[in-house]
Amino acid sequence: MLPFYPAFLAGMMLVVLADDAFTFLFGWEFMSLASFALVVSHHGVAENVRAGLVYLMMAAFGTLALMLAFGLLAAGGEGVSLQALSFSAMRAHGPTPLAAAVVLGLALLGAGSKAGLVPLHVWLPLAHPAAPSHVSALMSGVMTKVAVYGFIRIVFDLAGPPAWWWGVPVLLVAGPTAVAGVLYALMQTDVKRVLACSTIENIGIIFVGLGLALAFEANGAPAVAALALTAALFHVVNHALFKSLLFFGAGAVLVATGEKRMGMLGGLIHAMPQTALAMLVGAAAISALPPLNGFVSEWLTFQAILLSPDLPVWGLKMLIPAVGALLALAAALAAACFVRLYGIVFLGRPRSAAASQAREADGFTRTAMASLAVLCLAAGILPGPVIDALQGAVAPLVGVRMTGQGHLAWLSIIPVAEGRSSYNGFLVFVFIALSASLAALAVHAFGSRAVRRAPAWDCGFPGDDPLAQYSAESFAQPLRRVFGRSLFAARETVTMPPPGDMAPARLSVSERDPAWAFLFAPLGRAVSALSGRANAIAHLNIRNYLALVFGALVLLLVVLALWA
Amino acid sequence: MGNLVFDIAHLLAGLQVLVSFLLLYQDRLGALIRVFALQAVLLALSVAWQAYAQDAPHLYVTAAIALIFKVLIIPVALDRMVVRLGIHRQVETVVSVGPTMLAGIGLVGLSLVVMLRVTAGEADALAREDLAFALSVVLLGLLMMITRRNAVSQIIGFMSLENGLILAAAGARGMPLVVEISVAFSVLIAFIVIGSFVFRIRERFDTVDVDALERFRGGRG
Repeated sequence: MLPFYPAFLAGMMLVVLADDAFTFLFGWEFMSLASFALVVSHHGVAENVRAGLVYLMMAAFGTLALMLAFGLLAAGGEGVSLQALSFSAMRAHGPTPLAAAVVLGLALLGAGSKAGLVPLHVWLPLAHPAAPSHVSALMSGVMTKVAVYGFIRIVFDLAGPPAWWWGVPVLLVAGPTAVAGVLYALMQTDVKRVLACSTIENIGIIFVGLGLALAFEANGAPAVAALALTAALFHVVNHALFKSLLFFGAGAVLVATGEKRMGMLGGLIHAMPQTALAMLVGAAAISALPPLNGFVSEWLTFQAILLSPDLPVWGLKMLIPAVGALLALAAALAAACFVRLYGIVFLGRPRSAAASQAREADGFTRTAMASLAVLCLAAGILPGPVIDALQGAVAPLVGVRMTGQGHLAWLSIIPVAEGRSSYNGFLVFVFIALSASLAALAVHAFGSRAVRRAPAWDCGFPGDDPLAQYSAESFAQPLRRVFGRSLFAARETVTMPPPGDMAPARLSVSERDPAWAFLFAPLGRAVSALSGRANAIAHLNIRNYLALVFGALVLLLVVLALWA
Repeated sequence: MGNLVFDIAHLLAGLQVLVSFLLLYQDRLGALIRVFALQAVLLALSVAWQAYAQDAPHLYVTAAIALIFKVLIIPVALDRMVVRLGIHRQVETVVSVGPTMLAGIGLVGLSLVVMLRVTAGEADALAREDLAFALSVVLLGLLMMITRRNAVSQIIGFMSLENGLILAAAGARGMPLVVEISVAFSVLIAFIVIGSFVFRIRERFDTVDVDALERFRGGRG
């Protein structure tokens, strides 16, 4: 595994350094293959091998789509040469409107399959849990961002000025991705799988920002486009920070207990207080709670959404608020998802012997998590300098930059106009810190100082079984009943033993991923049917093979005779 | 004089195509081998005539190689093989003669159309005609290979196909002698390999019908 980790890093570096399509695709494929090797590093487990294969298929598909996109962009230039593959040559002659539209679709497919847009997300919940935790952090935190970079590079930079409708397909994919991703996350019971599914949600949020930027840029509002693109890029930075932090935390828990099933964890805040604190910061940040960084980027996205009534196109005026509603729903569900994750893993009482005997993670792990937590907090309290730093990337893409935010008084940010909205992360932080300390002081002043340990949640339960606690499944049950029935075909079946039988009653929950059921399973059946037909060609006799050769030769000659 | 040169080259090449048709409807192996030898004689004559017409003495060597290998060694060896296999009287079930001949006529027409069009204005008339006839011989050889079941007649189809290649090579000016010699030897080696292969098939399966191999292939479906 050791040699693949730097190779993976090098591949990602190469993608963002590339100045021509060949280097870009080479780096992209290198990155895919190295991460595939990392995903199957525990290849003794059949499940991991399957995850690796699914990942490899999706990666190959994505590269194919990108290759076609670059081919369309390079066509029409000065013939077939390496020169025509350079980004500057592609910029010099923009594609025709039709080609640009196809390029947009291909970029959505290619970069979207790597980033995890629904319904191309199926590899994420499989590959991330299969990989070692630090690799998951890198894949989820950074590699999906490389895919976002690829999308921005192709659509914003190379494909020329956008048409008015370009934002529509992006928004139509991104909004449902955000909601579906977090719903997937709520259904999962494996810690790393929850985090992987939440990556899908965050990619949805980022692509909502990108779709808004496209819509506003194409419809004559470049300043708002700059705001939306800044929001998307800010969320890219944020997600890289807090998702890495959360994966590190999940890895620390995995090392300490050997468990990633939530049903086997619990009460780790006593054994691993520092890890628990860092994870709390990460969970709050990803749930978009002020004063952390996740709030700032989602708030900026909503600022752009709130400006949609100024757009001239009616379709966008209707669509963007609807996507905003989806985004709001996703944000709320994300909070629920991370309350569930944090509450089940770190609070309550241990659900297994392994969880009760956990030890705090080692110094390096804690330092890594603490530094990421500090960065999350810093980006939340001081969003102005981050926004200003992002303008270097935003200005060349949409032509204008947001007004400088770093120098504003009291560290506040004003994305549009002062009369409209402003946010001051520092003030919120000070207020929260002050009120929390005051509350703590008051509790300690007026309440008892003695620590009292009493049976938890003992209302009506005679036994002292930690399994009687609220579980991951039970926490998700209301949401599963509301959303899961139609979307995931979630079914709950209760198996009651007949009267007199001492066997336990069972409640089992089943759900299916609609992407698998309606897209990939039929696709797989079609492929295997076709290959079944084609297989017959592999079992002919010599004469038939010669006849095939002969037939092909005659056919080509006929074509030559007719064509020339 | 120029006209006569052209006419004789044309005649010899055309005769080869005619002999290819003769090959197509022979249903006895002995006759097949002798017709093949006839085609090889015509090939040697044709190459020798090209040597005279192009004033290229190395083509005489090619003609000699064709004469020695294809008229003498290979037919004699094939004859002995057929006798040893005991199939010299056997009538081979050819995929019915009529459609095969019709297909052959179509192929000759096709190759004439293709070659005369593709080479229009780029080569002299002699080379163009030669190439068209050569392509016909190649296609007819291939047709023979796919319509025959017997391994020996497939060998003859292959050798006839190779005659067409040599004809094309002789027609095109500036073909180095080394290439021709190496082609001739590789054909001889192919003949040896296929010949021994035929005996192995015979030993194993008691027949030289290549369709018999089919039963011994695993993994169907």
